[in-house]
Amino acid sequence: MAKLWQVAKLIRSKNSGPFELTFDVIFKDRGTYERARDAKIISAEWFAKTYRLSPDAVSVIHYDAASAIKVTIPRPVISGDVDDTDVFGGQQYGPLVDLDVP
Amino acid sequence: MSAEVRILSATGILGSGFREETLNRAMALHPDFIGADSGSTDPGPYYLGSGETLFSDSAYKRDLRLILLAARAAKIPAIIGSACTAGTDGQLDRLAGIAREIAREEKLSFKLGTIRSEQDKGYLKQKLRTGKITPLANAPVLDEGVIERSAHIVGMCGIEPYIEALQNGADVILAGRSSDTSIFSALPVMKGFNPATVWHMAKILECGAACVVLRKYPDCMFATVTNDHFVVEPPNPEYRCDPVSVASHNLYENSTPYELIEPSGVLNTFHAKYEAVSDRAVRVSGSTFKPAHRYTIKLEGAELAGYQSLIVGSVRDPVILHQFNSWLDGLMKAARDRIRSVFGPDIERQYRFDVRVFGKNAAMGKLEPETRIGHEVGLLFQVTAETQELATALMKSVGHIAVHYPVPEWSGLITSIAYPYSPPEIARGPSYRFNMNHVVEPASPLEMFRIGYENV
Repeated sequence: MAKLWQVAKLIRSKNSGPFELTFDVIFKDRGTYERARDAKIISAEWFAKTYRLSPDAVSVIHYDAASAIKVTIPRPVISGDVDDTDVFGGQQYGPLVDLDVP
Repeated sequence: MSAEVRILSATGILGSGFREETLNRAMALHPDFIGADSGSTDPGPYYLGSGETLFSDSAYKRDLRLILLAARAAKIPAIIGSACTAGTDGQLDRLAGIAREIAREEKLSFKLGTIRSEQDKGYLKQKLRTGKITPLANAPVLDEGVIERSAHIVGMCGIEPYIEALQNGADVILAGRSSDTSIFSALPVMKGFNPATVWHMAKILECGAACVVLRKYPDCMFATVTNDHFVVEPPNPEYRCDPVSVASHNLYENSTPYELIEPSGVLNTFHAKYEAVSDRAVRVSGSTFKPAHRYTIKLEGAELAGYQSLIVGSVRDPVILHQFNSWLDGLMKAARDRIRSVFGPDIERQYRFDVRVFGKNAAMGKLEPETRIGHEVGLLFQVTAETQELATALMKSVGHIAVHYPVPEWSGLITSIAYPYSPPEIARGPSYRFNMNHVVEPASPLEMFRIGYENV
């Protein structure tokens, strides 16, 4: 079984404004994207568990045009607030990198 | 109406740079105007709160000089939005000052249009009372106290103030806070091009060369818009776009790749087609644009959260690292006790004391699933208080307690943290917080923005 980083050409997280955090996984090829999409390895449930949220707060979008999956969640802390650890939101994708993909 | 409009985006953010030779190549393609975004909320609330800028004046001047020289030589408009990071009035004045300096040095003359985006607190309170301010996703509570406490509040303008300035003959437009895409959409929409094609082009161009296959450094981007499609092609010969790289850019800094919400409506790219027209140019068509049933302006506000003092240090001793969590908990408590004994019990309500642990969970905080630590751990102590003097005074007590905090295995006085600096405490200055994520319904698209003109 491969790890997500082995089949993705980009895994990133970033602010979508100061109040939301958005994750992009862009796959190397259409076939792997479709397998990962259909196996639902990147799901609202996984994000809810990992980022300690309600699954209702997680938006998962399959973006066929770029063979990409986009996930958006409320920011755990508003960007730059005293408790924030990552102003750009750029290093929040760590746990995604080693996900197993079929 | 001419059959096409040609758009040059100088760079993703003014001050980050672009290659002069790329700009020259792009100018040979006869753009109808040059646009550049100069702002972002990405680097956090400090720039809106303090009015300071992300880049130096020298960096802004370098980029703006090349843009103004090229635009004036070709007699086309230059349009810059979200001046100097947050687009406050002060930041707009700073960029306008730089433009005047360049004009003087280069003997340029032009009609300068400025668009002010900073908002009057009385106006906003009145809008709040009449129910014309509504929250967006995950918005904090907004009341009159929040408005009053804000250091600066800006409204994000749409295309309408730009169109007003263009119709009044402005050669150079510098705007305060603006939607990134409005910078690139205003002139083509004014000329009557299909808003769906135009707004999609603007989303692709607003980050400069970000939509290429591999962006090695910031640079220019170029698009040709007709009524039913646009073609995007990088003017830098080292760069290329392909359908996936262009489609992927819709993902960037946006919660969905299919929708882009603007003051005047929503771009929908669900049915967009991305086709290669060469090995480096992409033709995009098929998006739709739905006009909004109510026109809204997004607000951004920042207020002071306090002043901070920091200490950076690291721990290398395996005996301490073996019991790291309990050692650090004990240290934090001892530091708080020391602060209380020096400053009295009333101090408890006047400060926050936090630590960030690098090598453990500095990036993800409480959400970090990994529990292992390595052979060394970095510590960043942080005191937040109402004044810099107080934050620094409290941190001086922390510094001494922390550096000698013991473990049971070693007898005698130990020095348990490596401080790289003398003194260890660093005054970080003010810390701000974003305090609103709301939209206002103005009476007209121009109501919240003040447009001025001068002959430079």
